[in-house]
Amino acid sequence: MAIKIRIPTPLQKLTGDKAEVAVQARNVNEMIEALEKSYPGIKSRICDETGKIRRFVNIYLNEEDIRFLSQEKTGLKDGDEVSIVPAIAGGL
Amino acid sequence: MSFLKCLKSKGSGREYPKEAIYVCEYDFSPLEADYDYDAIRKALTREKIEKGPRSLWRYRALLPVDGEPTVGLYSGFTPLVRAKRLAAEWGVRELYIKDDSVCHPTWSFKDRVVAVALTRARELGFTTVACASTGNLANAVSAHGAKAGFERYIFIPHDLERGKVLGSLVYNPHVIAVEGNYDDVNRLCSEIVAKYHWGFVNVNLRPYYSEGSKTIGFEIAEQLGWKAPDHMVVPAASGSLITKIWKAFKEFEKLELLNGRVTTKIHCAQPEGCSPIATAILNKSEHVLPVKPKTIAKSLAIGNPADGYYAKDVIHDSGGSAAIVSDDEIREGIKTLARMEGIFTETAGGVTVASAQKLIRQGAIDPDSVIVLAITGNGLKTQEAIQTAVGEPVFIEPSLKSFEEKVRPPKTVMKA
Repeated sequence: MAIKIRIPTPLQKLTGDKAEVAVQARNVNEMIEALEKSYPGIKSRICDETGKIRRFVNIYLNEEDIRFLSQEKTGLKDGDEVSIVPAIAGGL
Repeated sequence: MSFLKCLKSKGSGREYPKEAIYVCEYDFSPLEADYDYDAIRKALTREKIEKGPRSLWRYRALLPVDGEPTVGLYSGFTPLVRAKRLAAEWGVRELYIKDDSVCHPTWSFKDRVVAVALTRARELGFTTVACASTGNLANAVSAHGAKAGFERYIFIPHDLERGKVLGSLVYNPHVIAVEGNYDDVNRLCSEIVAKYHWGFVNVNLRPYYSEGSKTIGFEIAEQLGWKAPDHMVVPAASGSLITKIWKAFKEFEKLELLNGRVTTKIHCAQPEGCSPIATAILNKSEHVLPVKPKTIAKSLAIGNPADGYYAKDVIHDSGGSAAIVSDDEIREGIKTLARMEGIFTETAGGVTVASAQKLIRQGAIDPDSVIVLAITGNGLKTQEAIQTAVGEPVFIEPSLKSFEEKVRPPKTVMKA
């Protein structure tokens, strides 16, 4: 199952400057492992030492924040689009 | 001369060049401006600040720009209003309103942050600037950017108050209303920023922009006679303002510009329909969980607060607390400030007033202390929110008879 992932600028050094990559995965955890296999070092940027997604990393599945879905266990299917986006400010 | 050294990761502590970048490549934590405090200590005195311009630029040594300011030369240095009537009503000793509802030129504290961001944008060579905004930032980028001659792209949620939309359109930028809430707009902008060479005020210029918020704290301390207050009530959306007011007091302390130490307790004010930070504080929870906002305080409707964790830490370190208020309490807060102190604030200000009242009542704020409320925006921008809560005028015919019948003023005897 091919999942399309948009890679934020700070991580593109690890993906050979590619802004979009594709991996096979059934859920977000698997997706991160698959990314790590293709682009070694990327997991430690996205996840902390305990393997949890870092506070300042937002992951969206088809425009919805996975924290409103099933977090790392959120299921993925063929054709899904995932965005990895650093938290950004605004408001007060 | 510039005291801005570099940008520094708030998480990993790694240093980065002072360019248009905003996240640490290692842990995605935000980058923050870092200064040469030793040099500032030698150069900066109270007298020098007091002789400076009557704008936020009197604190230029502590702002992240290299050269002379070029944008927002009249922004900031707003009144710190002693609120005696409201203090009497609430039974507290010394209460002040930091009144950014009259900030130049668009009547909110965002005029400060944009003054700094666009001065820096020009130094970095940008000709186009942009922002994602719940309204006030949109107005400030539109206006400041017009005067400074920038091309402007303004991204807003589709359902903003009419006053805030019009308050951007009139300056003739590109205004893009996005189907979705602020968090959706923000996510879209973070993808746009990767593709276009624009200065996004709240994205790739964020390390500069957010420092502008410190000037509220600097001004409060200076206006109190070089003293930090005992309590501050601050509204929170992303949580950034809380962290920057705290940073301002601490910087003044570090530079020995204050009488006494900083013992300020900072309190977080949020609306019931969007209170991720206040909820985490009140529940003593480790995590700030994002929410889907639903509140009349649209300028606070950020469900995924980027600085939430840092704001929570400041509240904890300062010994402060948090309050959550309902839409009705927000309306009542707006009316109370107008009725008692003659200041008409927007919904975020209503949140702050109502939260302060609640915290005083609960005993979280000591009545025998110096209390400052951060009032960040103007009520004329969010008229819809209180349209039905302020009553109607008395309609009469142009005759004395109609006046006396319908208005029934108390009888007074005219002196001969």
